[in-house]
Amino acid sequence: MSVRRLAQIQPASFAFSAATLKRIREVVTHFPAGRQQSAVIQALWLVQKQEGWVSEPAIRAVAELLGMAAIRVLEVATFYTMFMLEPVGEVALVQVCGTTPCQTRGAEALLSVCKRKFGPSNHRSADGKFYWQEVECMGACANAPMAAINDYYYEDLTPESFEKLLDDFAAGKKPKPGSAIGRMGSAPQGGPIALTDAKLYDGSLAKKITIPNLPPKASKTRAPA
Amino acid sequence: MVGLLADKDRIFLNIYGQRDWGLEGARLRGAWNGTKDIVAQTPEWICDQIKASGLRGRGGAGFATGLKWTFMPKAESERPHYLLVNADESEPGACKDRDILRNDPHLLIEGCLIACKAMRAHTAYIYIRGEYVHERERLLAAIKQAYDAKLIGPGNVHGWDCDVRVTHGGGAYICGDETALMESFEGKKGQPRLKPPFPAGAGIYGCPTTVNNVETIAVVGTILRRGAGWFAQFGTEKSTGTKLFAGSGHLNKPCVVEDAVGISVKQLIEDHFGGVRGGWGNLKAVIPGGISVRMIPAEQCEEAVMTYEDLQARGSGLGTGTMIVFDKDADLVKAIARASYFYKHESCGQCTPCREGTGWMWRVMERMVTGEAEMSEIDLLLDVASQVEGHTICGLGDAAAWPIQGLFRHIRHEVEDRITQYRAGKPHVQGATLQAAE
Repeated sequence: MSVRRLAQIQPASFAFSAATLKRIREVVTHFPAGRQQSAVIQALWLVQKQEGWVSEPAIRAVAELLGMAAIRVLEVATFYTMFMLEPVGEVALVQVCGTTPCQTRGAEALLSVCKRKFGPSNHRSADGKFYWQEVECMGACANAPMAAINDYYYEDLTPESFEKLLDDFAAGKKPKPGSAIGRMGSAPQGGPIALTDAKLYDGSLAKKITIPNLPPKASKTRAPA
Repeated sequence: MVGLLADKDRIFLNIYGQRDWGLEGARLRGAWNGTKDIVAQTPEWICDQIKASGLRGRGGAGFATGLKWTFMPKAESERPHYLLVNADESEPGACKDRDILRNDPHLLIEGCLIACKAMRAHTAYIYIRGEYVHERERLLAAIKQAYDAKLIGPGNVHGWDCDVRVTHGGGAYICGDETALMESFEGKKGQPRLKPPFPAGAGIYGCPTTVNNVETIAVVGTILRRGAGWFAQFGTEKSTGTKLFAGSGHLNKPCVVEDAVGISVKQLIEDHFGGVRGGWGNLKAVIPGGISVRMIPAEQCEEAVMTYEDLQARGSGLGTGTMIVFDKDADLVKAIARASYFYKHESCGQCTPCREGTGWMWRVMERMVTGEAEMSEIDLLLDVASQVEGHTICGLGDAAAWPIQGLFRHIRHEVEDRITQYRAGKPHVQGATLQAAE
């Protein structure tokens, strides 16, 4: 398990923005009455979207909003590794996947790029613009190696394309997420070799159909044939 | 035709996102077609059809889906029933549910409605992993389309009230375990629960709950539309149907693809994944079902087929059907050491054998990579692995042990050579002791 602690330096206070508060209140309605605790991960995530990280006053505020003991929210915030417990880069939070499928396709070279450009992992870069870390499997293995930058996936990277991507972020651009080599989703490089039959898409599948194996209408209670 | 499956027999027709993911596009591809007739049937009919199709859970364990649904109470009571869809795809190697969520979300939503009818539930929650932000946005947009078109929700056109809600996690692999998923869903740390009670008796909020994988639910609509017999014609007697497979690692063209269960490992790699880097002869080993299963060496890959029973007989497993391929240049010891680090990182810390064992195994594996380890530590490591396996509440302890056992079963000699080479030419130090555990 990973040991995670709150940052040494904490802000004096935290206030929900109107948009965050509205969103949390809406999420709470998705759960039965009295089960608002179910919204705690989503609430902390929205807090992180607002502030960039999760501070101790924010944890207390979420606890108060959801009627939970502060320790229960603290438990959640420290258990789930997606919650950043210290301020991250102003421009980007760079999360490079380092688990085996990415490792076999060159993730270590991407890690070195980050190390060279930004210094040690799990720290802000010297200029405060970037914060990078190695993360565990992100679930995009067919497009390895990859990195998630500010929540979105950049896939099929090489050290060169990755470095260029980071430079674009540093220059204030907003590069488009997805495959760096122009693959369509997780299709094989060069285009899909399955799903090439045009009949699948001409609307013939939308024509009225009769569901097979239906029980006879008159005797619905009988076992199906 | 590449592979075993013709295009007309595929279920996921937009898996690469080449067409419209929205409601209109999904309808054109046959989603939501005849759903009303299906939902009008009794829960027993739906369960019987799914049983007859032979569909097994696609999340890794492979439990019979129709049977699982029948475990739910037969009548509604003051405790509502819930369907909880496990979209917490975090198994290294697995990236198939992601493509359903972002490119064919309506098949999943339709499946939720049908499955809810089959288990007399009126609410389905989809628990998606936190990192899938784009996928979550897509899914939410698709659900909104379905609500707006009155396909789901209270008073919908199908005549079975059913809410579909999305919630998400915070980046914890352990939440893929169904009981940890339920804890996390309730807003707690994702630490697995003891079974019994089983979820069908007491799941989320103590109410009857069934947890199913995304792919399992998403195929239900098409199976019922085309008939259980259509689905059951593919594969073998015990492993039927079509399935999404994914390839990663040393392949020329890694990708996700749907094919019939029972396709051979070789055909899957050669036809769909563009072959092994450097040709078939350069293959060293395949981990066929996500990193938690044991690897199979190249010589067995000639005959191995992607079914539950064949891979199990080889000491491995179909798991999620997402393979990681290694060629002869690969450092398998390092690859498995990285997997050990993954398990150390993802252990929830609840059971001592796993919390302590995963860290210990990783540290020893790291020394195996360099060759610094003692020869006797191989047996010690295997002994510890066997003592973690089966002695934890959930399967993470087993999953941490299996890759290591697979490694030593097949290439123990390579690790031994590495230790010998590291020693060669170095002075022997009397009384050298094992590095103390942290």
